[in-house]
Amino acid sequence: MKKIYLTIAALMSWAMMSVAALAVDIIVVSHGQANDPFWSVAKNGVDKACKDMKVSCKYTAPATFDMVEMAKLIDNAVSQKPKGIVITLPDAAALGKSVKAAISSGIPVISMNSGSDDYMKLGISAHVGQTEFEAGVGGGQKMKAAGGKKALCVNHEVGNVALDRRCAGFKKGFGGSVDILGTSNDPTEIQKAVAAKLGGGYDTILTLGAGLAGEAALKALESAGKVGSVKLGTFDMSPGMLKAAAAGKVEFLIDQQQYLQGYLPIAIFSQYMRYGTMPAGVVMTGPGFVTPNNAKDVIKWAAQGYR
Amino acid sequence: MSTKSKSIETKTDFNQDERLKKVSKLRLLLNRPELGALGGAILVFIFFGVVAGDTGMFSAYGVLNFLDVSANLGIIAIAAAMLMIGGEFDLSIGSMIGFAGICIAIPAIYWGWPLWMSIIFAFSMAVLVGYFNGILVVRTGLPSFIVTLAMLFILRGATLAITRLITGRTQVPGLRVLIEDDPLAWIFATDTFKWVFTWLGSMNLIALRTDGSPLATGIPPSVIWFIALAIITTWILMKTRYGNWIFASGGDKNGANNVGVPVGRVKISLFIGTAVAATIFATIQVLDAGSADTMRGTLKELEAIAAAVVGGCLLTGGYGSAIGAAFGALIFGTVSMGIFYTDVDTDWFKVFLGAMMLIAVIFNNYIRKKVTESK
Repeated sequence: MKKIYLTIAALMSWAMMSVAALAVDIIVVSHGQANDPFWSVAKNGVDKACKDMKVSCKYTAPATFDMVEMAKLIDNAVSQKPKGIVITLPDAAALGKSVKAAISSGIPVISMNSGSDDYMKLGISAHVGQTEFEAGVGGGQKMKAAGGKKALCVNHEVGNVALDRRCAGFKKGFGGSVDILGTSNDPTEIQKAVAAKLGGGYDTILTLGAGLAGEAALKALESAGKVGSVKLGTFDMSPGMLKAAAAGKVEFLIDQQQYLQGYLPIAIFSQYMRYGTMPAGVVMTGPGFVTPNNAKDVIKWAAQGYR
Repeated sequence: MSTKSKSIETKTDFNQDERLKKVSKLRLLLNRPELGALGGAILVFIFFGVVAGDTGMFSAYGVLNFLDVSANLGIIAIAAAMLMIGGEFDLSIGSMIGFAGICIAIPAIYWGWPLWMSIIFAFSMAVLVGYFNGILVVRTGLPSFIVTLAMLFILRGATLAITRLITGRTQVPGLRVLIEDDPLAWIFATDTFKWVFTWLGSMNLIALRTDGSPLATGIPPSVIWFIALAIITTWILMKTRYGNWIFASGGDKNGANNVGVPVGRVKISLFIGTAVAATIFATIQVLDAGSADTMRGTLKELEAIAAAVVGGCLLTGGYGSAIGAAFGALIFGTVSMGIFYTDVDTDWFKVFLGAMMLIAVIFNNYIRKKVTESK
């Protein structure tokens, strides 16, 4: 027994010596855990930028998607008096108080990923991310250039405002006729619904999520033998859709490039610390397009944690 | 425990029961289950004092922040400790937090109820859920681990389903505007001792905002609730008949039954206690955040049980203390916030948290052993 206690005491003193106080320039508080594949990439962006810019940073996130805990993490960041705080803003109501505490104590805040609608109201300096509507417009233009005339926008989360904006933007960019197909988020149902619609003379399909809706729509096209004659594009990325793009079965994947969402705020702050420069408004990280031309490279970079 | 050493008092002292062994006040204090947790808490504070003393962790704003986190956890940890002393578990605490949150938010936002009525509604639902948990465990004799695990899923699922059904989304914002002038909400939403902070700020002793007002505005309501609950539950456990019943029910159910303790009723009341504590937690959070979310409180049941165990509760029941759970929550909250003031990469957060808890529990165990050995 005594040995155990000695070990513990030794461990404790070792920990005390090896753990040091944090002297930090920039603190990142995101709602995404580093074990989420999407956020792992964003965190890699943060880490890389801190190395490139030679600033010290810390990336933190609540253990679960918990806005109250996230607000506490922002409060924590404020009491450390860093030179800048980077946050995501998925719930402006829950995080507003903490964000205001940061700004009112003289710490500039940049938001990234989510919060393009609310960041200005809270006094956040700039937002780095992809706005849904503009990304939709980009996708629409791309499909129009590919010769699309009649399109179907598959919405697998009816009621999610962000997805409504994606469809609306797509409609604007596409110019031609766009019908919206509302489905549940069950892959089988999405596949059946898309298959049923294929007889309606559509030459273009846009899905709003890759892993679920995109792959289901692709299956529907494959079983109807219409891959290629009906052009398929999707928001976001998934391994299956990337492979399909590399094989030329998918026109494009819309990538919001979260690596940049981690990288750019750090780069902005480090310049702000040095020369006081700050971009105005939303810095767009997307839409970045993954097409059959570059899909192979993207797959390679994804394996390395950059996409 | 040994009977040999009992010395027979020859003096007649009518205020003293001659059947009881005389024990010094100090020894009594050392025998308390919470002592180890207190030691663990001191250890944790020494650690962060050394490692992160000058980072702002111990500024007024930093202290209030980790106290707030500890207090929120402490509220449910104390109730979980009471239930564990009574010999049962409640794994549905975390789900109850999410459920209670939407029980407040949906009536207030979508049905136009006044806020106080929604809060009372949430607490009534908590009593129902707790009663249901309790009656199921008592009547069926199934382990509470299983019954409340089922409730964990049922409540979390119902929270999501009901919220999506009524609102079409998973967050319900817009509560903050309703707090003002509400006759009940202020109990859960008022920062207290503001004048202290204003004074400290005017003396330039604490950090200020650029407009000159103090950064830390007041003691958050969770801390007041936490302290009040710790005192009340400790009093119940130590000084009341009901408190004795709790220890008896958890220590030896049959024995307690035989001497006339209403074990079933005691247990049901303790289950109601955990559900109500979860609702206090939820109410404070929902009013503070201004929004309810179906995912709130995820995994909190495990944190509460962890805090109770660090605080000296035995998993087998019959032993533990409320104040110990309070210290357990303090350890947990301090460590979970403190790590962000160190240069430990947050990828290691849970390893660090788990290791610190392990150290606290082993240390706790060590002290308890030392104390009981040297009788």
